[in-house]
Amino acid sequence: MMLKMEGVHAHYGHIHALRGIDVEVQVGEIVTLIGANGAGKSTLMMSLFGNPKASAGRIVFDGEDITRVHTHEIARRGIALVPEGRRIFPRMTVIENLQMGTAHADPANYAADTARVFAMFPILEERQTQRAGTLSGGEQQMLAIGRALMSRPKLLLLDEPSLGLAPIYIRKIFQIVRELNRDHGMTILLVEQNANQALRVADRGYVLQHGEITLAGTGAELLASPEVRAAYLEGGHA
Amino acid sequence: MSAVVFARHAMTPAERLRDAGWVAFVGLILGIPLVGLTTVDVGGRLGVETRFGLLAAAVAAVFAGRLLLRWAIDQARNRKQERDRASTATAADRAHGAQRVVNVLGWVALGASIALPILFSDNRYVVDTATTVLIYVMLGWGLNVVVGLAGLLDLGYVAFYAVGAYSYALLSTQFGWSFWEALPVSGAMAATFGILLGYPILRLRGDYLAIVTLGFGEIIRIILVNWTEFSGGPNGISSIPRPSFFGLDFTRSAPEGSQTFAGFFGLEFSPMHRLIFLYYLILVLALLTHAFVSRLRKLPVGRAWEALREDEIACQAMGMNTTNIKLSAFAIGAMLGGFAGVFFAARQGFISPESFVFTESAIILAIVVLGGMGSQMGVVLAATLLVLIPEFGRNFAEYRMLLFGLAMVLIMVWRPGGLLAHREPTVRLNALDKTAATQEAAR
Repeated sequence: MMLKMEGVHAHYGHIHALRGIDVEVQVGEIVTLIGANGAGKSTLMMSLFGNPKASAGRIVFDGEDITRVHTHEIARRGIALVPEGRRIFPRMTVIENLQMGTAHADPANYAADTARVFAMFPILEERQTQRAGTLSGGEQQMLAIGRALMSRPKLLLLDEPSLGLAPIYIRKIFQIVRELNRDHGMTILLVEQNANQALRVADRGYVLQHGEITLAGTGAELLASPEVRAAYLEGGHA
Repeated sequence: MSAVVFARHAMTPAERLRDAGWVAFVGLILGIPLVGLTTVDVGGRLGVETRFGLLAAAVAAVFAGRLLLRWAIDQARNRKQERDRASTATAADRAHGAQRVVNVLGWVALGASIALPILFSDNRYVVDTATTVLIYVMLGWGLNVVVGLAGLLDLGYVAFYAVGAYSYALLSTQFGWSFWEALPVSGAMAATFGILLGYPILRLRGDYLAIVTLGFGEIIRIILVNWTEFSGGPNGISSIPRPSFFGLDFTRSAPEGSQTFAGFFGLEFSPMHRLIFLYYLILVLALLTHAFVSRLRKLPVGRAWEALREDEIACQAMGMNTTNIKLSAFAIGAMLGGFAGVFFAARQGFISPESFVFTESAIILAIVVLGGMGSQMGVVLAATLLVLIPEFGRNFAEYRMLLFGLAMVLIMVWRPGGLLAHREPTVRLNALDKTAATQEAAR
């Protein structure tokens, strides 16, 4: 078991954003969380990272309870987050951004990890001395993913990686997700509004509504489920 | 298609004339009562006199002025468009070129600052002013760590300057510590205050952070004013010992058992010796500060500061301890301010809370912002400008602050990112392997 959330509650001030979440991620899986705006998807991601801390429940990562662990410590234990909206460091160059991803990693791996990320995203190698803020949205997303991979995480959290990207990049991002999982054995928790694409790449999925998990199943099951179809798939995306 | 869009920007000569004609017409309407008619004293009675010749000249001037202004604006805009159209590759080249210019400028400035007291060895005013510039350069570099690199808006920086100055003043007058003994202790004292301030405001950012730091600066000043037994209150602390040159005093006659600087080197006594020594002292302190900050910037802690400025959430997601990053920025910035304060106290020989008012914080912050946040050379340029403008403005008496304000506005209009807004990357292509090595060494 890579990750287990048991009855997790979280608050943003007075807002009770998560109301008893149970989520499991097995080693080597792609698990997706889908849900409408404000369902609590990003809160779930952030509470995994201890910001805000879970107000009740338990989060176990790799056999250890991380519910009360500091945010920066959680990252050090092997969870890497690709935050919503990419959040690259715009005034720093591409290569500097990648270096920031190694803040807690073994420096001996730096050269090899850079080479690995460049092999995965050749465009980043071409642009390595360019300021990250001058990259296109899709390139920035690749940089954000590359930066997260620099720390050799055990679990990769992707928060809406397709948000605001051109269709060609959306396809590319999902292809990268699939490759990371298949070729590199990366365990991935993927939060998406793009339910159709997300469920297609995922082994399993959860549907989040008003801070609660309302449905769970394999990607194919959820894709076929009438509730999911009605709420998230019909009317455009499919 | 683009030609059509473009045509909207470039005006035809007819359009220019029409535009200028309209402005001249408005000028005429306004000008009739303002210029065209004037009242005169006709034998004790008020009469109206017309001045249509002058009015015609004024309207003509408005017309010509408008034509010229319009033309100049268009020229500037075209040039800007051309610049924007240049590809990103050349943008990188240009940035590289700009960096080279800045580097050359830096060496020239260094050479000039070393030569200055030799060239003006008998001009007290020049050496004194240059010393003041260097104090502000040092303060600017210190604050640059907090504001420019870590992106934490600090409006109370002068508090650390005051802590440094009072630490030295008290240690030397009460306990007889020498300048060199007190310097590190006072720096550490200021750094401690930096951490004290840092702790409660870790969660704040932006405006809220600015308000609390502003309050902190005032708290320190008000304590200094009111705690008379400790700090001498508004009377300040006087007869602060001057720094010595390896034990040699800069006085006319030495006390029993020691020597004066002039005596030791067989020179004739001159009060300029001490001023020149103070100048070189602050120059060395400032250069050490520069070397220290530049080095830090290339280390993980410096990059972490910059990353924090860019995006705090991303920093946390990268496993960076933002608490430590912020505190280290506050502590190091405060320490550098403290060093500058020690020097200030030693140079003045007298300090009072008057020297540590909010205006000082504002000027130091202005130096960092006008210079271009995070740019070391920018701080030097801005500090020089901000100290020299009021000096040159002395002829304008009460208008000098007006001039000062105008200069600041103009700089911000002309260069919104600061005088030197370009940020030098900490990694270069050919230096990649080397960086990996320093990274390793730094851990």
